[in-house]
Amino acid sequence: MAFLELKNIVKEFGSVRTIKGIDLQIDKGEFIVFVGPSGCGKSTLLRLIAGLESTTEGSLHLDGRDITEVPSSKRDLAMVFQSYALYPHMTVFDNMSFALKLAKVDVAVRKEKVERAAKILNLTDYLQRTPKQLSGGQRQRVAIGRAIVRAPKVFLFDEPLSNLDAALRGQTRVEIANLHRDLGATTIYVTHDQIEAMTLADRVVVLRDGLIEQVGSPLELYDRPANQFVAQFIGTPQMNLLPATTLPELTRIAGARLPADGSVGVRPEYVRIVGAGQGIAGKVELVESLGSDTLIHTRVGAASGHNVPLVSRQSERTALKLGDAVGVEIDPNALLFFDKQGRAIRGLPQAA
Amino acid sequence: MSKKAAFPYVRTFFAWFFALVIFFPLFWLGITAFKTEGQAIAGNLIFSPTLASFVEVQARSDYLHYATNSLITSVVSTLLGLAVAAPAAYSMAFFRTNKTRDILMWMLSTKMMPAVGALMPIYVMAQTTGMLDSLPALILVFTLSNLPIMVWMLYSAFKEVPNDILEAVRLDGATVWDEFRHAILPLTMGGIASTGLLCLVLAWNEAFWSLTLTSANAGTLAALIAQYSSPEGLFWAKLSAASLLAIAPIIVFGWFSQKQLVQGLTFGAVK
Repeated sequence: MAFLELKNIVKEFGSVRTIKGIDLQIDKGEFIVFVGPSGCGKSTLLRLIAGLESTTEGSLHLDGRDITEVPSSKRDLAMVFQSYALYPHMTVFDNMSFALKLAKVDVAVRKEKVERAAKILNLTDYLQRTPKQLSGGQRQRVAIGRAIVRAPKVFLFDEPLSNLDAALRGQTRVEIANLHRDLGATTIYVTHDQIEAMTLADRVVVLRDGLIEQVGSPLELYDRPANQFVAQFIGTPQMNLLPATTLPELTRIAGARLPADGSVGVRPEYVRIVGAGQGIAGKVELVESLGSDTLIHTRVGAASGHNVPLVSRQSERTALKLGDAVGVEIDPNALLFFDKQGRAIRGLPQAA
Repeated sequence: MSKKAAFPYVRTFFAWFFALVIFFPLFWLGITAFKTEGQAIAGNLIFSPTLASFVEVQARSDYLHYATNSLITSVVSTLLGLAVAAPAAYSMAFFRTNKTRDILMWMLSTKMMPAVGALMPIYVMAQTTGMLDSLPALILVFTLSNLPIMVWMLYSAFKEVPNDILEAVRLDGATVWDEFRHAILPLTMGGIASTGLLCLVLAWNEAFWSLTLTSANAGTLAALIAQYSSPEGLFWAKLSAASLLAIAPIIVFGWFSQKQLVQGLTFGAVK
């Protein structure tokens, strides 16, 4: 049986339905990431699990107990807020031991637990400071520390890294991954950053408009997206998506598998730039050199009267520049097909 | 001297001028209190100060009795008011409904009615319950009349507490009482203190209800001052001495707490 189970969760704010029926099962020790564009309901869903909002319909079960109507304070969950929400009038030590104090845990035990957490998070020297005297990264660690001293059933993270600068974000991401590996605690993590989702998650839940689009491991989502939305949401740069009819050359590449009124997706790393005259004729529109990668934006299909943008990604550097005529080759085995509604079409024979 | 350079002097002159005009009556009250009745009517600036009026005020009407009444009514009504207003403001600040705004406006609107408008019902109620000229009646009236302001001030103070912090406290396992004691109280101490201070001052200075609901037994300092006007004609020196005695404690108190008071009244104005 699942450790945390969401059954047909619905949330309405007034007459607006923001969560439209979510079913999800989370196993003990799993690292689950909720990801989606802003307004998709991912934070609301987390707040429903935390008990900070009440559900309109559906039920929540944690560790065999129905917690749908249980107040936040009795759910045994810990949350790390985007704003950290540290108690400004308390020292770091008091911040971290507050929950234990409320639970009337013995003073000596409290001290020991806080010190252990502080050691893991490199906060030992800061225990007597107040949050105001800490840097953003340190505050973030205190917020995490506050959660781990309690050893709760589930950790909830609400976009915890979005207030940090890029360098610190990368570093903290690694720390969170290590922490999860060491503690093995069940974690739900909300983010709009797909890199965080891909690197941290055991399973990613892609949400859109109050509904789950797909649940799966990061690579499953990358390689076998359930629909056009997930295909384009996961992966940077975005997957190329071409209406099937825009490029006659696609018929040659894809053969019989080409859906008449659907579309074809191909990730930029499967689009290869070759010399002019080979492959599909195209023109370079923009070259982005990232050092490790080079992104070449082209327009193809001019010959047949179409003008389709196609991005290619390669690890070699290039001397190509704006306006150069090139050829584009697409790996036929890497093509993904979507029907008219944007759903992935599976089970078609591979190209010869 | 250019026009620009002259301006600060003009400004300073007017500032001092108006300050003195406003301050003069208080100053005059202050020196009259130390005169004899004869000197008081003569209105001289030069005189030999005497404490005779103070001695007579204490002898004739027992200053300490009235001062104690003022102290009890203002402190108890303030504490009582805080005890009622804090939970009210808490629920309005953190559990808003679409009627919250209306309720707050309605409470404030009661302050726009003149006190005398409620004189008859309150007097009759005090009379029928046998509470005329008693401290509980006065305390109750003070509490109720200050309640709207207290709720408003505490409401704006509580609004400053970030919701995230309260949610964090709840997830840490706090009950409503824990939440109030460990998060809201320490974070809004300044606002609560200035609310208390302001209501203390308002209750201390209250005159209308003290004069109408009390006499010798439960009279406050406002009633003491009033004794020295009317029937036997005005006794300027004694009236001044009584007034000075009545306002002195609150002026000293206000002086020490002015920073807190200003902070409380400008809550939410900054930001």
